[in-house]
Amino acid sequence: MNFVEHLHVLIVAIPLLAVPIIPLVGRLRLDFSWYFTFLALSLSFFMSLNLLMNVWGSGPVSYFLGGWRPPWGIEFHFDLLNSFVMVVTTFIAFVSVIYAKQSVANEISYDKIPAFYAVFVLFFVGLFGMIATGDIFNLYVFLEITSLAGYALIAAGKRRYAKMASFNYLILGTIAATFIVLGIGYLYMATGTLNMKDLAERLPEVYESRVVFTGLAFIIVGLLIKMAVFPLHLWLPDAYKYSPSVVSAAMAATSTKVAAYVMMRILFSIFKIEFNVIGIPITELFIYISSIGIIVGSVLAISQTNIKLMLAYSSIGQIGYIVLAAAMMNPVALSGGIIHILNHALMKGGLFFVVGAVAYKLGTEKISDFRGLGKRMPLSAFAFTIFSMSIVGVPLTVGFVSKWYLVTGAVASAHWYVIPVILLSSLLTAIYFGRIINLMYFSKKPDEGEIIRNEAPFGLVAPTLAVAGLCIFFGIAASVPIEIAAKAADALIGGGLWK
Amino acid sequence: MIEFIAGKYNFWIAIILMMIGFYGVIAKGNLVKKIISMNIFQTAVFLFYISIAVVDGGTAPVLWDKNVPFDNPLPHVLILTAIVVSVATTAVALALIIRIYKDYGTIEEDHIREIHTKRVTEARKNELC
Repeated sequence: MNFVEHLHVLIVAIPLLAVPIIPLVGRLRLDFSWYFTFLALSLSFFMSLNLLMNVWGSGPVSYFLGGWRPPWGIEFHFDLLNSFVMVVTTFIAFVSVIYAKQSVANEISYDKIPAFYAVFVLFFVGLFGMIATGDIFNLYVFLEITSLAGYALIAAGKRRYAKMASFNYLILGTIAATFIVLGIGYLYMATGTLNMKDLAERLPEVYESRVVFTGLAFIIVGLLIKMAVFPLHLWLPDAYKYSPSVVSAAMAATSTKVAAYVMMRILFSIFKIEFNVIGIPITELFIYISSIGIIVGSVLAISQTNIKLMLAYSSIGQIGYIVLAAAMMNPVALSGGIIHILNHALMKGGLFFVVGAVAYKLGTEKISDFRGLGKRMPLSAFAFTIFSMSIVGVPLTVGFVSKWYLVTGAVASAHWYVIPVILLSSLLTAIYFGRIINLMYFSKKPDEGEIIRNEAPFGLVAPTLAVAGLCIFFGIAASVPIEIAAKAADALIGGGLWK
Repeated sequence: MIEFIAGKYNFWIAIILMMIGFYGVIAKGNLVKKIISMNIFQTAVFLFYISIAVVDGGTAPVLWDKNVPFDNPLPHVLILTAIVVSVATTAVALALIIRIYKDYGTIEEDHIREIHTKRVTEARKNELC
């Protein structure tokens, strides 16, 4: 056996093995738990970069767990789409673990730090597994791993209501996961297989069957809860508000995006595009709810006084873009949606990083306390400005790229009514981020003296600035992610994904 | 009609149990009752899985004799995994409830919310003073 073959499965396996080790070494010395976390997640990141290059160079790769051939064994299958999402997720994991060191030391009581890191890694293990797996029941298991870890992470928040926020998410998350497992049961009933490739081959024969419709409906509803698309978003604002700042950053940047990836996988790879177009009006339904969600999320974000709640509602609007992109069923819009997975992960992760840095220094999450931040914490404020310009969609930032592709995709498939929605939401986004930029740089209390510069420590600022740099970099040199996304989208639409 | 109801009774049982659980999760204010309902909800899905594994005239999937038809063992195995997940979820939920009870002195959702809003308004007042 040669080692390189196993490199791809190690992306998931190394962090999984690290989970029980982290609390143990944390007992020897508290610092060690962070070093192990960093080691595990950074190895995953570099291996997934290697994976993406491999897949880009020589096409999809499969790994059979335990050597059992599919459809009997579990398979990890990597094509362009999921290795791209894998790189995004592992990158966010890598950056947030760097950020975590000082942030966690500040927010979590020190005897709980090793356990916190173990659960933090477990959360990412679940996400990596969801991305990697080629077996639909395995997907459910990884989904539950990441959800369970997520509940514990939210409950680690300092404020008392954090437990209640976590509990509400637990109830909704379990309902979602149970719906998904029920839907998987229906698909299994109709086809007798759980392997995604095998499902894709056998499903076309039974497209007429009601069992398949019902199964898809259950899976989609479950995923919509996990993604927090508009009418099913109620768990999200509290969960982001009360969790520790590094957790809100990591969750906002990854977990809903991975659920969106799973939705794309189910809509386009397991079910062929013909089923979606002819079968049930699921795509039109998606376009309506995501359009409403985009507007409602932005409007609710304007009225918030807590910065984390504002970002949470903005997330609800932003996830609408990805659903919209998938629902328009054409390769241009879909590639916009795939790029938006990267872009939104960078922007929202970065914004929550800044919020965490402000909470670290000033101990506040109120928007009104951002007054004068441009002088007090110039680097953080600068990064915040870049992220907000990007989320509004100013050219030369990543946000512009995905919006451009969404709009051209809407033109290509003649969904004209989507274009005003996107433009209106950009305007609304500009309002609520403009307000904060105005507060940070141009607003001053009359009775206030000179503001002292009080920047957050380097460990918090460095990852934030790195992400901000990437926001600009991928906004200018957009061709790299676009090429990957366009190829992945073509493969999804063409149904030639598994070849 | 009778055949439609009686012939597919396993699905009816699963659906009825699911709806009982789902109603409880939504309607009950007591957090422990919510968890119990959630368990019923999950169990209904497990029963559904087990019932689709049945083969006519099949025995337990143990290979005593190769000529006897046996039930499909795969759903059983899947549900073992799902049961483990469900137990873990229940454990996390109960742990959360204990912490909530320590903080709020109650496990009724309405009371918790009342106490929470009271605390928030008080904190705001103190800030303004």
